[in-house]
Amino acid sequence: MIDILLLLIIVACAIFALFMKDLLSAIIILGVYSFIMAVIFTRLNAVDVAFTEASVGAGITSVLMIAALSRTKRYEHHYTKEERKKPSALFSKIMSLVLVIVTGAVLVYGTIDMPEFGDPEAPTNQHVSPRYIEETHHDTGIHNMVTAVLASYRGYDTLGETTVIFTAGTAVILLLRRKKKA
Amino acid sequence: MKEHIIVRIVAKFFTPFIQLYAFYVIAHGDLGPGGGFQGGVILGASIILYVIAFGMEEGRKRISQKVSDILVSTGALVYAGIGVFCILAGGAYLEYAELPLGSHHLASHLGMYGIEIGVGITVAFVMITIFFETAKKERTDI
Repeated sequence: MIDILLLLIIVACAIFALFMKDLLSAIIILGVYSFIMAVIFTRLNAVDVAFTEASVGAGITSVLMIAALSRTKRYEHHYTKEERKKPSALFSKIMSLVLVIVTGAVLVYGTIDMPEFGDPEAPTNQHVSPRYIEETHHDTGIHNMVTAVLASYRGYDTLGETTVIFTAGTAVILLLRRKKKA
Repeated sequence: MKEHIIVRIVAKFFTPFIQLYAFYVIAHGDLGPGGGFQGGVILGASIILYVIAFGMEEGRKRISQKVSDILVSTGALVYAGIGVFCILAGGAYLEYAELPLGSHHLASHLGMYGIEIGVGITVAFVMITIFFETAKKERTDI
């Protein structure tokens, strides 16, 4: 029951964010969206993911979007009636609608074959998961399996992720840093 | 935001607590939810809060461009460096159990602490850097 309510709030957030003319409000609504997502992840017992969603999705992403907004205009461009009736505007509207419907249909089609949530016979619960659940503490001496998988079993992946973030920081410095006037 | 006294006082009051929480999250990744990435993001957010309340100039006084640039690469270096130490200690790359730190369990535990700290440093200072470079100076209407 509460899950359906949360999912409905998420859909409402998405719709409101689309129709906001004030982009700052749209960013705040996306922050709300991320927090509700975090609650949903907690409901699914994925606490680590929920934590990341709350800190990254709701926290930092909103701040960085506001920072980016400070370089542009706060309000959406207002289209006049003539501009809206142009064939090119109509064409792009119809094309994006078709694109969204096709993508949504493909995603829904993909979920049809998925096993039921929490099904112990599902392939994801048959492959490596039992090994992680049973052996993690013995292998690494760490209680939190998620951390053990990230830091130890999949240590190379996490090293790659850190390098990706490092590269993002370097790229931002290279592209946006203004030189001081001599 | 510089002229809003409530924002300034609240930001000043909360910054150390948020930072303490960030260190808690980094250090307790092995026991509860969280870890280097989340903790690093929270640490970065605390400094961004301070900068939003007090302005870019004041923020750069606290964390100079040079220091944050060096710390961005330090984190990744700590991570990769621990891997190299594992090789020097006779194991494979990132095989923490081979580190000469007592028992295998303790060594792998401490090795994971090390890389979590590395991840945290890089993430925190990359976030700060992106914020400093993206936000435009002297904008008051937002």
